[in-house]
Amino acid sequence: MSSIYLDHAATTPMVEDALIAMTAQLARLGNPSSLHTHGRATRKTLEDAREVIAIEVGCLPSEVIFTASGTEANNTALKGLYWQGRDNGRHVVVISAIEHHAIIDPAHWLQEHEGAEIITIPVNADGVIDLDFLSHLIATRGNEIAVISIMHSNNETGVLQPIRKVVEIAGEIPVHTDAVQSFKKTPLSFSQLGVYAMTLSAHKIGGPLGIGALILRRAVEIPALLHGGGQEREIRSGTLNAPAIVGFAAAAKSKHYDIAHVASLRDSFIAGINAAIPDATINGISSDRLPGIVNVTFPGTQSDTLLLLMDGQRVSCSTGSACSAGVHEASHVLLAMGHNEVSAQSSLRFSFGATSTYADCDFVVSVLPDVITRGRAANFS
Amino acid sequence: MKLIAAMSGGVDSAVAAARAVEAGHEVIGVHLALSANPQKYRSGARGCCTIEDSHDARRAADVIGIPFYIWDMAEEFHDGVVEDFLSEYAAGRTPNPCLRCNEKIKFAAVLDRARAMGFDGVVTGHYARTEITDSGKTLHRAVDHSKDQSYVLSVLTVEQIRGAIFPLGDTTKVDIRKEAEARGLAVAQKPDSHDICFVPSGDNAGWLRDRLGSETGPIVDQDGVKIGEHKGAYTYTIGQRKGLGLTVPTADGSPRFVLKIEPVSNTVVVGAREDLAVSTMRGERPVWCGPAVTNQKLRGFVQVRAHGAALACSYFLDGALLVAELDEPLLGLATGQAMVIYDGDRVVGSATICETE
Repeated sequence: MSSIYLDHAATTPMVEDALIAMTAQLARLGNPSSLHTHGRATRKTLEDAREVIAIEVGCLPSEVIFTASGTEANNTALKGLYWQGRDNGRHVVVISAIEHHAIIDPAHWLQEHEGAEIITIPVNADGVIDLDFLSHLIATRGNEIAVISIMHSNNETGVLQPIRKVVEIAGEIPVHTDAVQSFKKTPLSFSQLGVYAMTLSAHKIGGPLGIGALILRRAVEIPALLHGGGQEREIRSGTLNAPAIVGFAAAAKSKHYDIAHVASLRDSFIAGINAAIPDATINGISSDRLPGIVNVTFPGTQSDTLLLLMDGQRVSCSTGSACSAGVHEASHVLLAMGHNEVSAQSSLRFSFGATSTYADCDFVVSVLPDVITRGRAANFS
Repeated sequence: MKLIAAMSGGVDSAVAAARAVEAGHEVIGVHLALSANPQKYRSGARGCCTIEDSHDARRAADVIGIPFYIWDMAEEFHDGVVEDFLSEYAAGRTPNPCLRCNEKIKFAAVLDRARAMGFDGVVTGHYARTEITDSGKTLHRAVDHSKDQSYVLSVLTVEQIRGAIFPLGDTTKVDIRKEAEARGLAVAQKPDSHDICFVPSGDNAGWLRDRLGSETGPIVDQDGVKIGEHKGAYTYTIGQRKGLGLTVPTADGSPRFVLKIEPVSNTVVVGAREDLAVSTMRGERPVWCGPAVTNQKLRGFVQVRAHGAALACSYFLDGALLVAELDEPLLGLATGQAMVIYDGDRVVGSATICETE
């Protein structure tokens, strides 16, 4: 039985160009910080890659700070901008209710250990942040806010957030956006958005694991998390991972992801679900969304059961988040959109990528009725 | 068959899953998350649902080469096992939580869910055997009597036994560890779990005191004369001699033993050793692991503790109660414990002891 991978929002296959570029670089010797011939050669390759990424993301090369992950970029941005703000008497960290844990958890850490106060922007039933709430917040407490961090698109529902408007409302307050899911999936330009900082991750776009980037405005200097050799504007010390960076750039440059094609797959999949399971609902259906993410609630089921049954059909999809013990938890994103604990635990995320096909969609739709029937029978809660 | 292997992260359930795979079954490993706030690491032989245990279970499943999932049974476990444990103690009885867990979680919640999902049964690492006989699938002691767990499985109905697979019943524990080693399972030398898994400190009395309070009350003799004071009646067990703190000696200087715990009056009754003797026990809510027992008196054995001795007896059903008449009296028997009837090594059934005399 062939297997079907519909979890591209978790990670997606490396594109061939990236694989070739990265493996070639693995064989080359030289620390980019070294001053000799070997070092210079690696430095040249690495800076070429930085320029490629800068072009793709609409920023200056000097604004690209490589990190080991999207999580690290989020931590660097949120903590760095908070500390910078705190030095100027600002202690409030504003995030949305639907951020990834790589923003929520550092925000809570700042609250517990560094004197921050978190204010959370709610979302509506369609999964979009409440801009009126933000406007009111800035009008009343704007001078206390150190940083605003709102994701560019949500990883569970794919719903796009109005970052341009957030920046307009925020005025001079630094805005960071986690664009890990958006890069290459929807038009994205750092300079046009006007944010202070933006997070990217290579493995979500067909690049390797273990490399991300914080795009940070040139003139903004924030305290570092990692101290050492002073690489990356002294904001992120550590020998640069040249092979991964080269792979990242190759993936960023690649034209393999056809937004219109993936969106069409998604729409055909949604039509199939609606026909097969009439009471299923698509979360965030009324909003502008990424092309590749479909979040479905199947009433009367438990998503961990559905995942097991789907896995048994060799279909890989996702239930959202799990706690450290591996226990499936109700998604904070769906709860924020108005779901209750039960319906939030009855949802699956299917995410499409460049390698997904109509045959994948058709197969999943064909097994859904049996999976949902068994899933409902096994739900004793 | 399509089977769910319940994997605790210990050596037994890992080998059981591996044996089920080898027997040709389609097996999926499931770790039951039984605590809402699990501890990160095991401390020695205590507990079985830490995050470390779930990692061990996952690693074993990966090495065996089967899919692995975690099922959240924390709510069912709390309601069916932990709450039952507390209310039984509060009522002056001595419950066995492992038995409740088998009855309500492993072979009820898990088996029901597995069957609804299209699986045929549940594999566990219990040391017990089943046999297919003329009267159906029956439950038996493991060949390794020192590890035999048929006692805590005696609450399973015929229907539950039908869905239960115990691949370890024919092997000794020593050999299971060797087999785990040979199969490359890192849990081969992991210590056995002892005590009660949801009391990680091992201090049952302290755990109960935190939840039930420690209201002092009288310790009385059989005439009702107060001869001491206790700190929470449920921290005592029937037959207990030490730690009573009594200052009034008996006339002949003989020791006193706990005879009875009366939760309503919060009283502990003590008396002489011979007053502990029990020759007849009655149990309520009987469960039959095979053909039902009738009012016809039969010869067999009764066991009243997980690793206690099998005591020769006659047994029969008296109305709704299972009765066992012992050949030789037994000293110290608490209500709330399970009385398990054996016909040779076959488990006939069990009941919860409600009366002794």
